Amino acid sequence: MSIADAIAEAGAKPAGKRPYFLDREIETVLAITMAAVQELSVSRQRVDTLERLLEAKGVLTRAEIEAYAPDPQAAIERAQSTQEYIARVLRIIQQQNEANDAPGDIASEDVAIEIGAGD
Amino acid sequence: MATATALPASYDGPPDYRVIGRHGMFPDMGHDEIERVNFLAQMNRHLSARVVPGVKTAFDGEVAPAAEKTNGRPLSDRHEARKALLDHPAFRFWSAIRRMTMEQRQQAGRWTAIRQRETLAERAEAMTQGDDRLELDPTLPIPRYVSAVDHHCMPGSYHQEAFPGDVTNGANYDHGNFVTTAGLLGKYADGGGHAVVKWVRRNLPDFEPKTILEIGGTVGHSSLPIAQAWPEAEMTIVDLGAPVLRYGLARAKSLGVENVRFVQASGEDLSRFPDQSFDWIQTTMFLHELSTRSLANILRETRRLLKLGGIVLHVEQPQYSPEMPLFEQVMRDWDAYYNNEPFWSRMHELDLDQAMIDAGFTREQLIHGGVTAVVDKDLFPDAADDETEDYGRKAAWHVIGARV
Repeated sequence: MSIADAIAEAGAKPAGKRPYFLDREIETVLAITMAAVQELSVSRQRVDTLERLLEAKGVLTRAEIEAYAPDPQAAIERAQSTQEYIARVLRIIQQQNEANDAPGDIASEDVAIEIGAGD
Repeated sequence: MATATALPASYDGPPDYRVIGRHGMFPDMGHDEIERVNFLAQMNRHLSARVVPGVKTAFDGEVAPAAEKTNGRPLSDRHEARKALLDHPAFRFWSAIRRMTMEQRQQAGRWTAIRQRETLAERAEAMTQGDDRLELDPTLPIPRYVSAVDHHCMPGSYHQEAFPGDVTNGANYDHGNFVTTAGLLGKYADGGGHAVVKWVRRNLPDFEPKTILEIGGTVGHSSLPIAQAWPEAEMTIVDLGAPVLRYGLARAKSLGVENVRFVQASGEDLSRFPDQSFDWIQTTMFLHELSTRSLANILRETRRLLKLGGIVLHVEQPQYSPEMPLFEQVMRDWDAYYNNEPFWSRMHELDLDQAMIDAGFTREQLIHGGVTAVVDKDLFPDAADDETEDYGRKAAWHVIGARV
């Protein structure tokens, strides 16, 4: 099955030990980010393709998209969608802030020892 | 496929991938697969045009003066300079992203090729079945200089196959070429071949080869312009990798180029061909993927195989010289250490004239020149006019060769 093979093998490691230029963890996160950056570019191009095809077929004009003004209800829905998106992406910052404000916080590993003890 | 439109003069960068030429072996590509290639070509362009100048500023303004202060002398060579640069975040971030771009290019190309690899293999089989212009040798040993690390981070290199008849690695290599050179190689990634044809026509106007050999010709992208320019000649393309050769013959036939044959063999041992078999022996961006010993063996084979009056031409990136700034040398050396091109550094410091003489040529027979990729300038950026410097990857090369 080629799709399954492609999923498994497209990202195969080439023979040869990989060099790391930054802290390994940081470079790992950067590599994931750059792949996401690539896919965002691909998605933007796809949206652009859609807009141009829709315009060519007379469904809408891109000027309409540029001039689009949501009605009040739609504006709220869109604003909330953006808020939700930002909160989703910045989850770890939220959790770090909450941690700074939780002085009695304890690690599950420590709780395991505490509650697992017989006495 | 959308109609290709000419690049406006105000635009500076790679063309849309859809201007690339389609041949009968070209993998089917969807919208997003094409846009991945476009993104990666633009990434390479951005890195060379917008990021590398910052690395150079860091080198000139911080790294080199700091090293000189510490050592009491200037940086002595490119190796010392590279190690000093590794301490600077500008070089490290650029390197990290450049490496990732290479890995993303391989992943993107492999995705496209692997998802349809059975279909591609069937197509190649249908086009080459029973054709004696494809000669494969499954017993051919793959030498250490190819097997140890996969060149330019291309998993499986030119030779590995997932099943008998597989052409995946040929299809991946061919359709993704565009990324690394940001379109500078032209419609069929053949700007190097066209450049060589132009050079020979200009410099050796009376040369009419009948038999031509390209060593390490992979899918034949650089060879076909030569075969087309001398249609009466017979051109033989040898390579170590069966997947690229299968793909190559099918690709050539689909483009209507019939005077070519693809043979699986090592350039170090071409004893299948008698002495003085060829009027012209060509290699294109090949020498840097060898080793010290195999380079000597191959140069000796070319001397043995050349007919009287014949030429050998090697197209390569320029050699290091004391006149080349250390920063440029470091940037050119990058692929050797971080993009799996282990012979790149050593090869580009060799005295190639002496290597040719050691192989049996005389100094008087040697040829030197320079070429830039020849492309359809309406659609593709022209390497000769391009002012960005993507060290080691620009489609501007040196020619070293000989006429016997």
